[in-house]
Amino acid sequence: MEVTYLKAINSALHEEMRRDENVFVMGEDVADLGGAFKATEGLLDAFGEERVIDTPISEALIVGAGIGAAVLGMRPVVEMQFADFIACAFDQIVNNAATLRYRHGGKAACPLVIRAPSGAGVHGALFHSQNPEAWFTRVPGLKVVAPATAYDAKGILKSAIRDGNPVVYLEHKRLYRSVKEDLPEGDFTVPIGVAEIRKEGGDLSIITYGGTLGQSLDAARIVEKEDGLGVEVLDLRTLLPLDREAILATARKTGKVIVVHEDRLTGGIGGEVSAIIMENAFEFLDGPVRRVAAADAHVAFSGPLEEFILPSTNKIVAAIRSLAAY
Amino acid sequence: MPETNVARGGVEPAPRVEYELQLYYWMKLIRAFEERVSRLHRQNKILGGVYSGAGQEAIVTGICAPLHDGDFVAPLHRDMGVFIMRGVDPGRLMAQLMGKETGLSRGKDSFLHGGDLEHGVFGSTSMLGSSIPVAVGAALKFKMKKDPNVAVAFFGEGASSRGDVHEGMNFAGVHKLPVVFVCENNRYAYSTPLEKQMAIENVADRAVAYGFKGHVCPGNDLLAVLELSERAIARTRAGEGPVLIECKTYRYRGHSEHDAALYRDAEELIEWQSRDPIPSFEFYLEKKGHDIKRVREQIDERVKQTVQAAVDFAESSPLPEPQEALEDIYAPPGAPISPKAPNSSSNGAR
Repeated sequence: MEVTYLKAINSALHEEMRRDENVFVMGEDVADLGGAFKATEGLLDAFGEERVIDTPISEALIVGAGIGAAVLGMRPVVEMQFADFIACAFDQIVNNAATLRYRHGGKAACPLVIRAPSGAGVHGALFHSQNPEAWFTRVPGLKVVAPATAYDAKGILKSAIRDGNPVVYLEHKRLYRSVKEDLPEGDFTVPIGVAEIRKEGGDLSIITYGGTLGQSLDAARIVEKEDGLGVEVLDLRTLLPLDREAILATARKTGKVIVVHEDRLTGGIGGEVSAIIMENAFEFLDGPVRRVAAADAHVAFSGPLEEFILPSTNKIVAAIRSLAAY
Repeated sequence: MPETNVARGGVEPAPRVEYELQLYYWMKLIRAFEERVSRLHRQNKILGGVYSGAGQEAIVTGICAPLHDGDFVAPLHRDMGVFIMRGVDPGRLMAQLMGKETGLSRGKDSFLHGGDLEHGVFGSTSMLGSSIPVAVGAALKFKMKKDPNVAVAFFGEGASSRGDVHEGMNFAGVHKLPVVFVCENNRYAYSTPLEKQMAIENVADRAVAYGFKGHVCPGNDLLAVLELSERAIARTRAGEGPVLIECKTYRYRGHSEHDAALYRDAEELIEWQSRDPIPSFEFYLEKKGHDIKRVREQIDERVKQTVQAAVDFAESSPLPEPQEALEDIYAPPGAPISPKAPNSSSNGAR
């Protein structure tokens, strides 16, 4: 049966709550409403208000209470209604959850999942469009994931819930209903920390994740058809820890790499991926590592502004052609 | 490991006489331990920030004494005594302060950021008040699992200005969670006096806004703290919801050992020292018929041995190996998730 990215998240939550009674869900409007995007729909009926908890508008509480329950053996899955609001819980995530095991001498675990609907392209404007991954990808103790397919959305969420560490789970809003695929019946997981080749190619590599995987694949098909270029597309899936081997393998294979992400250019994950390649695969490169990312602006509301700021299939096609000609 | 010579909280209050002597021992041990820490800091044997709770011993003693195994406590940075009261080995605590391998965090952080969940002590961060939502989450777990436990969150009047405190208390009130909020109001947030922190007299007055009771008590009076905490903790444990206990007190030393606290009036310090919790409890014991001189000598000797054993253990412990900096960042697959239940047998003399 064809399942949307959103439904995949929802069914992962249902299945994990059924599998493990220590899993519970907490956040703003997650119970009665089933979440602002319906990601937690049906959980209240299935598991009751003890395990599906509506909170006040209190992001620090949501994450902080998640930490308190997690250190006592629970597996909370907490929701930030929009990833933008995660800023209100920043201290709890980076200072409290991330350092927890370190400061307890390795004798504590924090199995906490923080789900955060992120991303632009839905006319969400400044405070409903952000991609906050880079705030977290340099914080030891955290894991950061950003699935791009329905299969991964489900399989990575299950892995995150079963992990012993705090995981920031970024789900891209634009993919909720636009991305769908047939999913196998029964339980499956996708490992955290492992990237996936989405399309093989020999001339050039695109390294991407989340909201820009679809655009990258579209661009790869266009240049394949129109220019005869073989573009390999690597989906990072996990942003912390990065799959260095997969990054280096594709860089060594094609010698030309473009990193694509919807997050802003400066300080984005593209810089880190680029540095990994420079330090470890420099002699394999036939051109500079290029980046296609959001402009260093806030994600503006008005159509022409948002379009100008965000990456797109056309911008990726242009970058491919430019680098191929280098 | 040194002889710990302390009992975990949760001691049966009978026979009362013995219990009261134990309370006296705990206050003396906490005071002596902290005084030794301050001295070691002056000798450069302890580096970094040291935040003395000297003068506030009656609060941790009175709040922690009625706690049970399995209860969860999030101490403040000035609550060294919580670790001692919960049965954490003083040697490991001293090793923590010296950055030794045998410390609670294996050298990863100093002072009270190292927790010991096996003894139900959560290591707080420096972001004061951020442990309030954590304690609320622990209480949520207790309620969900119908555990007969309570969570206790210590915070200062300084931390009470932070949003985390409001968010945590509000949620605890909504869900009637088994959590006890303990405000140690020592009148200063570093250098900032009470009147610049809040426009009302008591932090406890805020409890009504969250739908539970707030109590004010003289924090330097052990018996007053104990009487209130026994009652409040029992009620919270019985499912009656959160409670806020505000203990009025005073810190003798500066915010940290680096701070001479010249912003305070010398008279104010003297006034509070005249209400020191230890002599006033000695006075009580004497009135109850103890030969206080003899009791003091005996207890001082036990305290001295315990503190010295802790220092000896810490000083003889190795520093961590440099590459251990990369350990304990992530829980590996299959690592135990919940702390092992604390040993229910007492590890010390009563």
